[in-house]
Amino acid sequence: MDMVKVKINGIDVEVPKGSTILEAARYLGIEIPTLCYMKEINEIGACRICVVEVKGAKSLVTACVYPVAEGMEINTNSKKVQDARRMTLELILSTHNRSCLSCVRSGTCELQRLCQEFGVENESRFDGEKCDVTTDDSAIHMVRDNTKCILCRRCVAACAEQKVAVIGVNDRGFDTHIGCTFDVALNEVPCVSCGQCIVNCPTGALTEKDDTDKVTAALNDPSKHVIVQTAPSIRVTLGECFDMPIGSNVTGKMVAALRRLGFDKVFDTDFAADLTIMEEAAEFIDRVKNGGKLPIITSCSPGWIKYCEYYYPEMLENLSSCKSPQQMFGAITKTWYAKKMGIDPKDIFVVGIMPCTAKKFEVARDDESASGYPDVDVALTTRELGRMISRAHINFKALPDEAFDNPLGDSTGAGTIFGATGGVMEAALRTAAEWLEEKPLDNVDFKEVRGTDTIKEAVYKVAGMDVKVAVTSGLKGAHELMERVKNGETFHFIEVMGCPGGCVNGGGQPIQSATTRSFVDLKAKRAAALYEADADMPLRKSHENPAIKMVYEEFLDKPGSHTAHHVLHTSYVDRSKDVIR
Amino acid sequence: MKKRKSTLPFAGTKEQEAQLMTVIDEHRGDPGALMPVMQKAQDIYGYLPMEVQSMIAKGLGTSIEKVYGVATFYSQFALTPKGRYTISVCLGTACYVKGAQKLVDAITKSLGIGPDECTEDGLFSLEACRCIGACGLAPVMTINDEVYGRLTEKDIDGILAKYKA
Ligand code: SF4
Ligand code: SF4
Ligand code: SF4
Ligand code: FES
Repeated sequence: MDMVKVKINGIDVEVPKGSTILEAARYLGIEIPTLCYMKEINEIGACRICVVEVKGAKSLVTACVYPVAEGMEINTNSKKVQDARRMTLELILSTHNRSCLSCVRSGTCELQRLCQEFGVENESRFDGEKCDVTTDDSAIHMVRDNTKCILCRRCVAACAEQKVAVIGVNDRGFDTHIGCTFDVALNEVPCVSCGQCIVNCPTGALTEKDDTDKVTAALNDPSKHVIVQTAPSIRVTLGECFDMPIGSNVTGKMVAALRRLGFDKVFDTDFAADLTIMEEAAEFIDRVKNGGKLPIITSCSPGWIKYCEYYYPEMLENLSSCKSPQQMFGAITKTWYAKKMGIDPKDIFVVGIMPCTAKKFEVARDDESASGYPDVDVALTTRELGRMISRAHINFKALPDEAFDNPLGDSTGAGTIFGATGGVMEAALRTAAEWLEEKPLDNVDFKEVRGTDTIKEAVYKVAGMDVKVAVTSGLKGAHELMERVKNGETFHFIEVMGCPGGCVNGGGQPIQSATTRSFVDLKAKRAAALYEADADMPLRKSHENPAIKMVYEEFLDKPGSHTAHHVLHTSYVDRSKDVIR
Repeated sequence: MKKRKSTLPFAGTKEQEAQLMTVIDEHRGDPGALMPVMQKAQDIYGYLPMEVQSMIAKGLGTSIEKVYGVATFYSQFALTPKGRYTISVCLGTACYVKGAQKLVDAITKSLGIGPDECTEDGLFSLEACRCIGACGLAPVMTINDEVYGRLTEKDIDGILAKYKA
C-alpha cells in the first residue's frame, strides 16, 4: 500500500495514501467530531463540524472528505478550529427546538454531546425564525420532528441505501427540509418501516412511535394476562441501553428486568423461531418435492415483506407463507397456550420486544389473528424496553440472571441465530437436511452463510440434491438478488433480512453514534454474541426443542397440517399501486 | 420561499406522454439525465406535476422524491401550470415602492389565484417577477408580451376583461 507522511498536532504519522484527514487522525487515536459523516453512505462534507487547520490552506477544511497529501501539517484542535466548531453549533441551535430536558435522544444525541463538549453556553445567540415544517406522525412506526433536524442528510442516505429513497431534501435556502415527494405524508409513499433512518439520525428528529404507554396500561389492568416475548437479537443489544459494551449477552438480566416490570410470563421469541423453522423447512421440502414455487424466500422480516409487496409484487408467491416468529408466538399463545391455561384469549395481552420498527406495522397487518384477536398486541423496540426499565428505576447492571418461563421460553441454538443475517438459513438447513437425509447431521455449522457480506451464496449437497441457497441483508442486497432471480438465475432457498446485517442492526436497536457506526463493526460484534450463545446451547436444532414437540403433539399435529396452516401461516398483498411513487 | 404546488387536476395528453417517453428513452442509462429530462418535460407540459415527476422517476429508475427535491431546489422548475395568459407583476424596488403589491392583491381578488397559481379554466396564471427595466413606468405588469405601466389597482379588472373576451 502506498503511504504518505503527515504531521497531525505535531506528531508524525504514516497513513495510507488516499485517506481522509479524519481517517488519518484515527491512526493516532485522535478523534475529530463529525455530524453529517457516515462512512461510505454519507460523505458529503455538509455540516462543517469536522473542520481542521491545514498549514498553508486558505481556510479551514472539512476533515471527513479532505484527503491527506505528503508532508501535510494538520491541527485538529487549534483555537481557530474550536471557535469555528462552536460557531457552527450556535448556528445549528438557532433554528433548533432545544428541548433536551425531555427529548428521547437526550444522552445519545450527537448534537447535544458536541454542544456540551464545546461549551456552547450561549444557546440562543442567533435565535431566529424557525422552519415552518414540523411533524409527520402519519406512519405507524415512526415520527419525524423537523424542528430537531440539523439537515445532515444521514437519513436520506440510509433510506437510499435501502433502495427505498422515499425521503429527501425539499426546497432550498431557509426552507430546506427533509420530507417526502410533494411533501405528502410518510404513509402515502412506499416507506417499508425499516427504521434505518432512525438509527442513523444524530438527533431526536427521527424516533420510533413510542408505544410504552400501551404496555404500561396493560400491566396495570388486572383483567389482562400480560405476556412478553423477546426477539433473538435483543438479548445481545439491550445492554447497550445501559452503557454495557457492544456484544454483551444480557439474556438473564433481561428476563429479570421484564419480570420486575410486572409481566405475567416472560417467554422467548426464540421458541417461535424454532416453530418457524419447523413450518418453513416443511414448506421448502414440500415445494421441492411437489414442484412448488422456488426459490422459497423467508418471511421473518416485516421490512422485507413490505418491500416485496411494494417493489416486487411478482415475487409474492415465492415468499414462504409462514408468519414471522413474533406473530407465530402470539398465535400459539392465544390458541394453544390460552386453552391449556384456561384463559380467554381476549384477556391475553402479548407484547413483543423487537429489534425492529417494521414489527409495529406487522402487528397491524391483516390475516395475523389466529384466535380471532390480534396475535400480538404491541411491538416495542429494544430502545423502548430500555426506556421502560430506566423509567422503573431498575438497576439493570446489578440484576441477577434469571431464566425464561416455561414452556414458551424453551429454545435451541437454531432459534437464537435468527437475529443475525444467515441465521434463518442455517437453522432451516439444520432441520431440512436432517429430515431429507433421515439421519442426524454430523455438523450443524453452515459457516458459508454467516458473516456480514451483503450477499452470501452456497451450494449444499442434501440427500443427493444440490441445494443452491443465497442470503442477503439490507434491501439493496434484496433488490440485487431479486433482479438476478427475475433474470433467470436458479436458487432453491433465499433468506432476506430487511436491515443490513439482519436484526442485530435493526431499526429498533439501541442507537450508536456515527463514529461508532463508521469505525466499529457493530453488526459483526453483536452477531458474534449470538453465535457464541448458539455454540453453548445443549440443543441446536429446532426440531429437537421439547416444547416444540409438545405443541405438535398436543395441538398442531405435524408441520404444514391444517391447524398449522390456520394458526401459523399468512398471506400477502400487492401494495405497488396504492402509493405515490 | 417554498414552492407552490398546483391543485388543478392533471390534464396531460397521450401525445405529451409519448413525447416524454421518447425523451426518457434518449437519456436512458445516462447518469446525468435527470436535469435535462426534467427540463424537456417542463417544455412539453409547461410544468412538472406529480404525474409527470412520477413518469420521470419510473423512466429513469430513480425515486420521485429525488425528482421532487431537484424540482424544488432549482428556480427554473415550476410545479404549477402556466395559463394561456401569464400575468407578471414586477416586484422590483421601483414598482414595489409605487404599490405593485396592491396590483397583485387586486389580481388575486379578481381571479382567485395567488402568485404561482393558475386559474381553473387555464386562462390566466400569475407570477411575481424581478425588475424588468421599465422603472419609468412603475408599477408595471406584463401579460404575455403586452406591457402595462403606471397602473393602479382600479385598472386591473378592465385589463383582464380584454383577455376574457
Ligand atoms: S435533538 Fe438533541 S439537542 Fe435537540 S432537543 Fe433532542 S437531545 Fe437536545
Ligand atoms: S423507515 Fe426505512 S423506508 Fe421508511 S423512510 Fe426510514 S429508511 Fe426509508
Ligand atoms: S432527520 Fe435526522 S438524519 Fe435526517 S437530516 Fe434531519 S437530523 Fe439528519
Ligand atoms: S462536514 Fe465533515 S462531518 Fe459534516
